[in-house]
Amino acid sequence: MMKPFMKIHLSHPTRDIEIEGPKHVRDVFQELQLIPEGYLVIRGQDLVTEDELLADSDVIEIRPVISGGSERRP
Amino acid sequence: MKCRKCPARAVLRMPRHNTAFCSVCLTEFVRSQVQKAIKSQNMFSPNDRILVAVSGGKDSLTLWEILLKLGYRADALYVDQGIGTYSQGSREKVEQFTEQIAKPCGATLTIHNVEEEEGASIPDLANLVRRPTCSTCGTIKRYQFNQAAIQGGYDVMATGHNLDDEAARLLGNVLHWQEEYLQKQSPTLPASMEGFAKKVKPLYRLTEREIAAYAVINRIDYMVEECPMSKGAKMLVYKDVLNRLEAESPGTKHTFYWQFLAKQEKAQATHGSMTETDQTTLKPCTICSQPTSTGMCSYCKMVARANAPAQ
Ligand code: SF4
Ligand SMILES: [Zn+2]
Ligand SMILES: [Zn+2]
Repeated sequence: MMKPFMKIHLSHPTRDIEIEGPKHVRDVFQELQLIPEGYLVIRGQDLVTEDELLADSDVIEIRPVISGGSERRP
Repeated sequence: MKCRKCPARAVLRMPRHNTAFCSVCLTEFVRSQVQKAIKSQNMFSPNDRILVAVSGGKDSLTLWEILLKLGYRADALYVDQGIGTYSQGSREKVEQFTEQIAKPCGATLTIHNVEEEEGASIPDLANLVRRPTCSTCGTIKRYQFNQAAIQGGYDVMATGHNLDDEAARLLGNVLHWQEEYLQKQSPTLPASMEGFAKKVKPLYRLTEREIAAYAVINRIDYMVEECPMSKGAKMLVYKDVLNRLEAESPGTKHTFYWQFLAKQEKAQATHGSMTETDQTTLKPCTICSQPTSTGMCSYCKMVARANAPAQ
């Protein structure tokens, strides 16, 4: 039987992936080729920093924080 | 990683300030930045009535929450654009926030429904007048927010524009040397003439990431999905570029925008202000009397075109 990996929820577009742990947040960013400045990492309900170690049992959301249409002025 | 201000665990690293905060210290930091923005840019005082433009997204709901928590008198307006499930979802978030957080503080929400008031949803209107959806949307939102602020007797209208929005817009304006827009990039725009509400951006000192972190920590349930029309928008490209620069040298975004503000302040002292320019170039719209440079304002033109019989 395959051992369950950590579950990661992503948006824009919405999708769920699995990554093998344990792994530091910053390495997950690298693996997914994302820039930390554009995202928050939420474990359960709590924010975690890039040096946090994520385990296979964790449920993670990597939430984009960049928003905006092309409207010119307020 | 530890918080730099107390022994608690850090939840957000902030390279531009060379620091990291726990949830309590981050909340305090964000609120104090908003308070600083309000004071230093003469946005409003505790007695003023504020109308917040809310969309259901993180910035506007966070702004509304902070103003209420700081004790300001802030109501909100939501414009329902009729953009399918996106509008439905964001409207639900706004209504839920109103029930749970705003109402207990004595604040109210007004909803403007574009389909009911203008006769068609934003995408349909855009089709009718053959203009891009976002520019149609922008015209309507700008018009309705201003109108609601004036008619409701509010002292000032507040929007959730943040540091990333302003830096990205500045980059776009500079790349195309659109100097006429540069004048309008201040965090405080005066009610330059009758028919215009004063407009302020109390989140201009905060990045999107700091604001989103505040929302998560304080359990503000916002619409994470984006408006489907924003796909491929230039603004997103500018933001991405700025974030890459920021990763290389933290502080790039705020230096870029804040230095611009400092220079602009000096330039206005010698070259005259936006108020003077507006008063010499704008006249009341012949239909609705909101100030415009073209006889009939762009909103009234659009509504007239949308309602003209098909040829
Ligand atoms: S992306 Fe365009 S259509 Fe959607 S809310 Fe923003 S301006 Fe309006
Ligand atoms: Zn702390
Ligand atoms: Zn008009």
